[in-house]
Amino acid sequence: MRRSPPFTVFKRACYLVLTLIVCSAERGLAQPAASNAAIIEQGEYLARAGDCIACHTAPGGKLFAGGRPMPTPFGTLYSSNITPSPDTGIGKWSADAFYATMHTGRLPDGGLLYPAMPFGAYTKVTRADSDAIFFYLRSVAPVEAANKPHDLRFPYNNRSLILGWRTLFFTEGEYKPDAMKSTEWNRGAYLVQGLGHCAMCHSAINALGGSSESKAFQGGLIPMQHWYAPSLTSNKEAGLGDWSLADISDYLRSGVSHRGAVYGPMAEVVYNSLQYMTDGDTLAMSVYLKSLAEGSPPDPPASTVPGAESSLLMSLGKTVYDAQCASCHGAQGRGMTPQYPPLAGNQSIQMESAVNPIRMVLNGGYPPGTAANPMPHGMPPFAQFLSDDQVAAVVTYIRLAWGNRGTAVSAGQANELRSALLN
Amino acid sequence: MRARSQAMCRGMHMAAIKGLKDDRRKPRQDVSDWENPRVCLVEQPAAAAGGWSALEMTGLSPKLSRPSRPKQKAHILSGLYIWVFVLLLLLPVHSGQAQPIDSAPDTMEARMLPCASCHGVQGQGTNNDYFPRLAGKPAGYLYNQLVAFRIGRRHYPPMNYLLEFLPDAYLRAMADYFAAQRPPLPPAAITIVSKDMLALGQSLVVQGDPGRGIPACAGCHGPSFTGMEPAIPGLLGLKPSYISAQLGAWRYGTRSAAAPDCMQIVAGHLTETDVTAVAAWLSTLPAPANPAPVPRGTLAMPLACGSEPN
Repeated sequence: MRRSPPFTVFKRACYLVLTLIVCSAERGLAQPAASNAAIIEQGEYLARAGDCIACHTAPGGKLFAGGRPMPTPFGTLYSSNITPSPDTGIGKWSADAFYATMHTGRLPDGGLLYPAMPFGAYTKVTRADSDAIFFYLRSVAPVEAANKPHDLRFPYNNRSLILGWRTLFFTEGEYKPDAMKSTEWNRGAYLVQGLGHCAMCHSAINALGGSSESKAFQGGLIPMQHWYAPSLTSNKEAGLGDWSLADISDYLRSGVSHRGAVYGPMAEVVYNSLQYMTDGDTLAMSVYLKSLAEGSPPDPPASTVPGAESSLLMSLGKTVYDAQCASCHGAQGRGMTPQYPPLAGNQSIQMESAVNPIRMVLNGGYPPGTAANPMPHGMPPFAQFLSDDQVAAVVTYIRLAWGNRGTAVSAGQANELRSALLN
Repeated sequence: MRARSQAMCRGMHMAAIKGLKDDRRKPRQDVSDWENPRVCLVEQPAAAAGGWSALEMTGLSPKLSRPSRPKQKAHILSGLYIWVFVLLLLLPVHSGQAQPIDSAPDTMEARMLPCASCHGVQGQGTNNDYFPRLAGKPAGYLYNQLVAFRIGRRHYPPMNYLLEFLPDAYLRAMADYFAAQRPPLPPAAITIVSKDMLALGQSLVVQGDPGRGIPACAGCHGPSFTGMEPAIPGLLGLKPSYISAQLGAWRYGTRSAAAPDCMQIVAGHLTETDVTAVAAWLSTLPAPANPAPVPRGTLAMPLACGSEPN
C-alpha cells in the first residue's frame, strides 16, 4: 500500500528535526550521547589506525593513561594521559582544541609538542576523523594520573628549540587527494601518510631528530632501538613493487606472508594497529605502498670485509646454517611459508644494512599474535649459542647464498648488536 | 666488548649472591647488572657448547613432514571416468613444474621451538644454570610468569622481548603445553656444600624458622615440592644458581608477583647462607613417585599470596 503524501512529508520533517538535533548535539560538543555510538566506534577504529595506544598506554598500565617512557637520543620523554580525566587528562578539552593539537602540534595553552608525537603526520587527518577520535577518547574510562615531566638533557629541555625544528621539518595541512589516482590509492595514502605515521620510522632521522619530506619512506636506522626501518621506496629493501597485493595485505594484517614475516618494532605496529584495519583499508594501504616502490636503485656499495675473510665466512656460515637454520628455513632458503619466511630472495636479508638479519639471529622473535594468526610460529634466539664469528658467518651466508645479493658482515658488527636494547 | 659483557654477566651472578646479604638497604646499583639489558645475551660463548648445535643440545629434532598427496581412485565405469582418470594422471606432471611449498607443522611443539633452545623442547631445562625447567609446573603459575614477562613486571629482556606482542590466549596455550609435559626429572645433584649447610637447608625447607618469620617451603610448594594448582610452582629440577638468583630478584624488585607478594616477604627474611642452604638441599632431592602438583586448596598456606586463590 502506498502511503499518502502528507504522511511522507511528516516523516521527512521528523527525520529533519531528528537530524538537526543530532547535528547540534555534535556541534555543541556535549557528552557523547547514545546516538553517537557509531561515531565513537569509528573513532576507536581510527585511534587504532593511528596506533595511539602504543605510546599513550604504558605496558601493563591503564588504557591511554600515558606515562610510557620513550628513550630518545635527547633524553627520555613520557607520553601524556589522554583519558577524559578533567585534571590530569584531556577531559576539559574541546573537539576544536583536540583538532588544533593534532593539526598544528601546539597544545591548547600554546605549548609546543615534542615531535615524538607524530603531528607531522597527524596534521594530514581530516577534521571529521579527528572529531571521531576525540569522541572516542572522551568515552574511555578516565584515569587520574598526572603527566610525568620529560627528562631531556640540556639544551633539548628548552621547548623553544622545537620552533626551529618545526621550521625545518613540519608542514601543516590536511591530506590533499591526488585527482590523478584512484580513490583506493588516495585512501591508502591518507592512512599511510596520516594516522599510520609510517614515515616516522621508515625515513632516515638526521642529527636534529628530523626527516625531510623529500626523503620520506627511504628508510633509516631507528634511533635507540637499533633496528633498521627499511626503505619503502626501494625494491631492494622493503619496497613492495614486486609483491602481490595479497601478500602485502597478509603481511600488514596477519603479520606473516609468503614473502616475509613482521619482526622488530613493526611487530608492535601490526599488533596494536594494523591487524584491526578493515579489508578495504588494508588493501588501500597495500595499493599505495606498492605504488611507492621506484625503479631499481644503484647496487649497494661493496663489502668492507676482505674477500678471503668473506670466503671463510661463507664456508663456516653454511655449516652453521645447515645445522641450525635449515630445518625451518630449508636447505635452499625457501622457508615454510607463511610461518617460516623464505630467506632466498628476501629483501630484508639482502639490504645494505645488515642490522636486522644480525638481530634476528641473535634475538630470534615471534611475529605478533593477530586475529588472523593468533598463535604464530617463531624463531629461537641464538645469542647464547653462537659466537660473534658464527653469527657473522651465518648472516654472511644467507646474504650471499641462493643468488642473494647482499654483502658480507664482520664479527665486529655482530658483536656490536649484542648490546642493543631488546625492548 | 664481548669480554666486558661477559664480565657483566658474571657480575650478575655475584650480585645475586651479594644481594642476599643481611643489609637489605644495600644500594640498588649492586644489582644494576640485572636490569641491564646488555647482560646475558653473551652469557655462554658458543665454544661452551662444543658442537654448538643449540637445538641438538636440547634433544630437538623437529619432524617436518611434507603434505602427502591423497591417492585418487578412478572407477572405470564410463568414458567420463576414463577422462577424469586421464586428467588426474596428467595433474602431477603439470603441477610438478612448481615444487610444493612445505608448511610448518601445525603443532604446539613446533610453535614452542623458540623456547626450546633455553628450556628444552619439553621444558625439561638445559645445562645452563639460569634457564629453568618449565615442565609440569602448574599452568596458572606459568601463565602468570608469561604475562609478567610480557608487561615487564618480571624483568629479563630476552623474555620480555619474545613475548611482547603475543595475546593472552596464546600465552595460556603455552602455559598449558609446558604444564602438561612430564619429562623425567634430572638425577639428584651431587652438592659441594657441607653437611651442616645441607642440614640447615633441610630444616628451613621442611620446617621453616618461625622465630625469623620464615615459613616452611613445603607449606605452599607441597610435601614433595611439586607445587600446588593453580599457581604455586614446583621446586624440583631447578639448579641452585637459578633458585638463589630468583630469591635475589624478589628481594630487589626485578621479580614480583600480585599483591600480597608472599615470596617477596619470604625472600626478605632469608640470609645469603639460608639461600645457599635451601637451594643446595632442594637440588639433592630425588624425583617423587608422583611429579604432579597437588590439587588446588590441598595445603593451608601459611601466608596469603596474591597469585594463589586461598
